Amino acid sequence: MSPDHDVVLRLDDVSKAYSGTLAVKHATIEVRRGAVNVLVGENGAGKSTLMKIIAGVEQPTLGRIVLDGETVRFPTTADAVAHGIGMVFQELNLFGNLSVAENIFATREVTRGLRGIDYREQERRAAKLMERLQTGIDPRALVEDLRIGQQQLVEIAKAVAQDARILIMDEPTSALSATEVEVLFRVIADLKAQGVAIVYISHRLEELIRIGDYITVLRDGRVTGQAGMRDVDTHWIVRQMIGQDAKDFAKGVGHRIGEVIFEARDVSLPRVTGGLSVDHVGFDLRAGEILGVYGLMGAGRSELLDCIMGRQRLATGQFTLCGQPITRLDTTGRIARGLALIPEDRQREGQVGMLSIAENLTMASLYRYVRGIHIRRKAERQAVAGAITDLNIKAADTDLPVSSLSGGNQQKVVIGKALLTNPKVLLMDEPSRGIDVGAKADVFLTMRRLAAQGLGIVFVTSDLEEVMALSDRIAVMSNGRLTALMDRSDATEAKVVAASAAGHAPTRPSPVAPEKVSA
Amino acid sequence: MTAVPQPIPSTAPSGGTLLLTLMKLRTFIALFAVLIVFSILAPNFMSTANLILMAKHVALNAFLAIGMTFVIVTGGIDLSVGSIVGLCSMVAGGLLMNGLALPIGYTVWFSVPETVLVTLAIGILVGVVNGLLITRLNVAPFIATLGTLYVARGAALLMSEGRTFPNLAGTEAHANQGFDVLGGGRFLDLPYAVWALVVVALAAAYLARSTPLGRHIFAVGGNERAAGLSGIRVNRVKMFVYMFSGFCAAIVGLIIASELMASHPATGETFELNAIAAAVLGGTSMSGGRGTVGGTVIGAFVIGILGDGLVMMGVSSFWQTVIKGLVIIAAVVVDQAQRKLQQRVALLQVARQS
Repeated sequence: MSPDHDVVLRLDDVSKAYSGTLAVKHATIEVRRGAVNVLVGENGAGKSTLMKIIAGVEQPTLGRIVLDGETVRFPTTADAVAHGIGMVFQELNLFGNLSVAENIFATREVTRGLRGIDYREQERRAAKLMERLQTGIDPRALVEDLRIGQQQLVEIAKAVAQDARILIMDEPTSALSATEVEVLFRVIADLKAQGVAIVYISHRLEELIRIGDYITVLRDGRVTGQAGMRDVDTHWIVRQMIGQDAKDFAKGVGHRIGEVIFEARDVSLPRVTGGLSVDHVGFDLRAGEILGVYGLMGAGRSELLDCIMGRQRLATGQFTLCGQPITRLDTTGRIARGLALIPEDRQREGQVGMLSIAENLTMASLYRYVRGIHIRRKAERQAVAGAITDLNIKAADTDLPVSSLSGGNQQKVVIGKALLTNPKVLLMDEPSRGIDVGAKADVFLTMRRLAAQGLGIVFVTSDLEEVMALSDRIAVMSNGRLTALMDRSDATEAKVVAASAAGHAPTRPSPVAPEKVSA
Repeated sequence: MTAVPQPIPSTAPSGGTLLLTLMKLRTFIALFAVLIVFSILAPNFMSTANLILMAKHVALNAFLAIGMTFVIVTGGIDLSVGSIVGLCSMVAGGLLMNGLALPIGYTVWFSVPETVLVTLAIGILVGVVNGLLITRLNVAPFIATLGTLYVARGAALLMSEGRTFPNLAGTEAHANQGFDVLGGGRFLDLPYAVWALVVVALAAAYLARSTPLGRHIFAVGGNERAAGLSGIRVNRVKMFVYMFSGFCAAIVGLIIASELMASHPATGETFELNAIAAAVLGGTSMSGGRGTVGGTVIGAFVIGILGDGLVMMGVSSFWQTVIKGLVIIAAVVVDQAQRKLQQRVALLQVARQS
């Protein structure tokens, strides 16, 4: 490794356990001054957890943090900030009800003694920051009125304004347009020149190779590679990310693909901050087919699934299931007709943590075990036992709360809940997120088996390898638009990646209102 | 943040599980404790007459608390039940004494069963208003039911210009005699009110444990978004719990009016607080998703017996209030401790298996 940048921060043999899973396993990571330290890995590899440890959001279960040669502890984020560590979070951490300037100076307000906050000074400084980021956002505008990309810029400005020595950026470009990304890179170059250590997390390999100086690759919570960026290439990165033993994707069993069972036509969903988060999307799905929907964060994939399930009142477009229009039905009606969704966020949308495993499994299909108004325990228990065996759920006692299971088994319970409704079309939003390798293999196997039984499956993923390995057809979304729809046999990784950026291409002006936002 | 299993000495788990069992049974323990203490300290406490009297007192709060339990399990709150009690007792009284004067100069008289049905319908109707405010207009349950608390109380006062309907005996001419049976009648030496409580409590417990609607109530309270995505019609579930709470409050209004054979518009003031206290004492979680009908009924008994026992001991009513408050706080503190311990025991069990 080149000796021109000294190590400012070291994570020494750090592990982090959550109930049920080990997110980070004995990771040692060095962050170098005046350089862009890239961290890369698949979803669930532990990147965000590591960064949260550095930023004081989480405490390491084992191991220590060494800053400038001294062991330090960050029990709270305030302690990390006091040591000069700033972070741009992946999930935006902004107060929508406050102005841009107030957000940038939150907890560090510019005050004038007893006369309170000096709003004018804050706005002046905020305006300067905005100028530096070339955004033209009014510092007095409310954050909730900005579109996502602009909010991300505010989040970045907030971190830059802290004059941090170590700046962590967790997927800072996920919602930025190509021009905004250019500006961000210029700012990063500035900060680098000032000696700031930047930790940069992203899924976009081309970005990493362009701006990175050092790279650390994570896989399943372990560091699998650490090198200077100029010594490595894309192949090396991908190999370290995926590992020698290719993932256990269940092979297709060569079943026949049937008739069209589901159609979506001209689906649109307006965004609160202007523009469309789903932009005139339409597709067909055949029985027994797995349609993979690839795209970056914020491309509108989850929103599309929400529209299909009838969870968005403002959505427009037509849906047909088995030749019957279902556009006018509510979520309950659509589930009864044979749609089922496995949501991306298990904790918030997939399960009721305090209810038992059994109660969660049968929650959506209770009507099947009911005579009159009475739930027949025996029938219910049989269904639960069946689901446990079918999906290979490892549970000691189905009367325990579902939250006592590991992430992978929780995900299987959510899938089991959906399957017990006997769906014809299954929508899966990031089905492999946050679960361990073994559970992933089980989930993929289940998808294959269900497709072979004639279910139509639409699954959303940000994992390129996953979409290539599992799909019969691949749809790519970018900035709300469906930018590609191709058979697996025609698809290449390059084509898919290109399509996932097409929505941000400067050639086609995005349907977003002008950049200037007034208060 | 997620709790991480702490290293615990190997003797702890068995002690932990024992402690946990004790904590889970705390409402029972509290009930026996108050019974034993008062049977020693207060003469005549365990006499049949006194026990029946207490059961009758407790029943009123228990009805409200059962309705309240369902509401709280969905993550809401119903502050309007006390006012519904007042309004319903005024409705029943008004119909029996004055009939329903139609604007065309003709007065309709209702028989006692009809009066009961109309009164119950009024209680449910206030629940419908609460439910609509909460589900359709997105008003927070606390605010929506605070609003109906005032409106229903005001309506009760308006019905008689604030006066009492003094005599609900009815007349032969109007064929509406016999209202006193509800509050005064007995079957097997137990007042009808207590039997009614038995029926309502059993029905509510069955609803909670063995019907889809019951499951849905718990699912909505545990995670509303997940419930909606599982095809549960969240708004209908919420409508039901507020209507049921209104129904329970109407029963209480009827019983009180019938006992007194008079209805006063201030009837039921602060009843909602007693109902909430009973539910919480019985292990209902204010954040939703947890609670049992049985626990709530026991909670109502603890509060009621505590009150009556202290009166019999001659403890000043000021001290009674203080003691009631302390018991409620203690219940919630134990509840929190239990949840923490439970989490730890569960994590330990998982760690053992892996």
